[in-house]
Amino acid sequence: MTTVLAADWAYWQETLVKVGLGLVAVLLLTGAVVYMYLFKFVSFMQSRLGPMEAGPYGSMQLLAEVGKWLQKEDIFTENSDRIVFGLAPAIVMSSTFLMFVVIPAGPNAVISDLGTGIYYVLAMSSIATIGILSAGWASANKYSLMGGLRAAGQLIAYELPLVLAVVGVVIQVGSLNLQDIVHAQSDGAIFGWSGIGNPFILTQFVGFLIFLIAVQAELTQSPFDMPIAESELVGGYQVEYTGIRFLVFFIAEFATAVGFAAVASTLFLGGWALPADWASASTMHWLGPIVISAKAVLLVGVVFWVRFSLPRFREDQLQQLAWKFLIPVALLNIVVTGILKVAF
Amino acid sequence: MASSPLSDFLRSYLTAAIFGSLGFILVGLLLFLSYLVRPNRHQAQKYLSYESGVDPVGSLWSQSQIRYYIFALLFVMFDVEAVFIFPWATRVEAYGVFGLVEMFVFIGVLLLGLVYAWRKGVLKWA
Repeated sequence: MTTVLAADWAYWQETLVKVGLGLVAVLLLTGAVVYMYLFKFVSFMQSRLGPMEAGPYGSMQLLAEVGKWLQKEDIFTENSDRIVFGLAPAIVMSSTFLMFVVIPAGPNAVISDLGTGIYYVLAMSSIATIGILSAGWASANKYSLMGGLRAAGQLIAYELPLVLAVVGVVIQVGSLNLQDIVHAQSDGAIFGWSGIGNPFILTQFVGFLIFLIAVQAELTQSPFDMPIAESELVGGYQVEYTGIRFLVFFIAEFATAVGFAAVASTLFLGGWALPADWASASTMHWLGPIVISAKAVLLVGVVFWVRFSLPRFREDQLQQLAWKFLIPVALLNIVVTGILKVAF
Repeated sequence: MASSPLSDFLRSYLTAAIFGSLGFILVGLLLFLSYLVRPNRHQAQKYLSYESGVDPVGSLWSQSQIRYYIFALLFVMFDVEAVFIFPWATRVEAYGVFGLVEMFVFIGVLLLGLVYAWRKGVLKWA
């Protein structure tokens, strides 16, 4: 171990820079999304101003909120499974961070360019299920238990459409690596015309729609918010959490929203790249992060737009939508994509 | 890099693990900050489980009918399917028509399983 630490000074320096920048990027984007959509966008949809006091137009509201949550007492109920209860928020948070590892933001701007790419993202995102289930179980609370089980049922049901929707893109590219997927789109051509590359939203629009619906459910956003349904379960697996541990669930939820939106824009909207002849490769080193952030933030906007527009499904309707509609359609999409890929 | 004791493959996953552990570090840091400023006043009632304002009744890990446990079984089946589909998806052209037919048979069998579950009524709220 000491040889690893000593011999690879360059590696540790590089990793430290990457991890630091990655952390700042994730937290900044999450903060921006919370302010833009949860505070302001929804307020305007409901004909109110939203937070206006903290900072200009309430832009410092998020910091004020964190300050407030920091001062809350940290309560473990007497029957709770203390270790699991305490660890659960960190597991969810860690799952969120692991998702961001492979999402590229430029030609070299990726924390670790794993060959398994998109498969790794899907695997890591489902670790959150374990965190949520253990939160629900360890709380020793009937509401939490119901909420945790509902969340587990929902997350695994929508895991499948999510995974299967991605297969169409993988078939078209022939690689799981996210950089390869980005390059395939920016260098691609639509029937020989390469003006806008070949963003897969055009050829894989079915996959894109399934992916967005599944993401909505994976994020437990309305209309799929039964696990935390406040009117029936008073908050589900979050009931017993106070202060900073609750805040961690909250941050993780929005960071995951940004993560899934970034994955969706990488898969279907071209990721950090612009079409090949729009900008030179050297420009993309600084333009890339801006491009992918813009796309991701726009997609999170769609998620929140749906969230604040639709009422909640019933629990059985939720499962039926996944099993009877999304999964068969996703499988059909794979079959059709496979045939077209081999035929042409 | 060539002289390094770690292969690049393992190294790329080490980076991922480091970034993942940030989740725990960040939570630890926030908890420590909170520990510095939060109050800590003991009061027996605070540590009761929340049950809409009344004292909790019966076992807190109460048994209830999970109507959708069967979905967990179906999930395992389809998730394994996904594991098999991805390797094929990256090499569709190389396997050509043979691979395509092979995969259709595979997907067909799984779809049959779903149709069977559907006809048996396990996908309905019973």
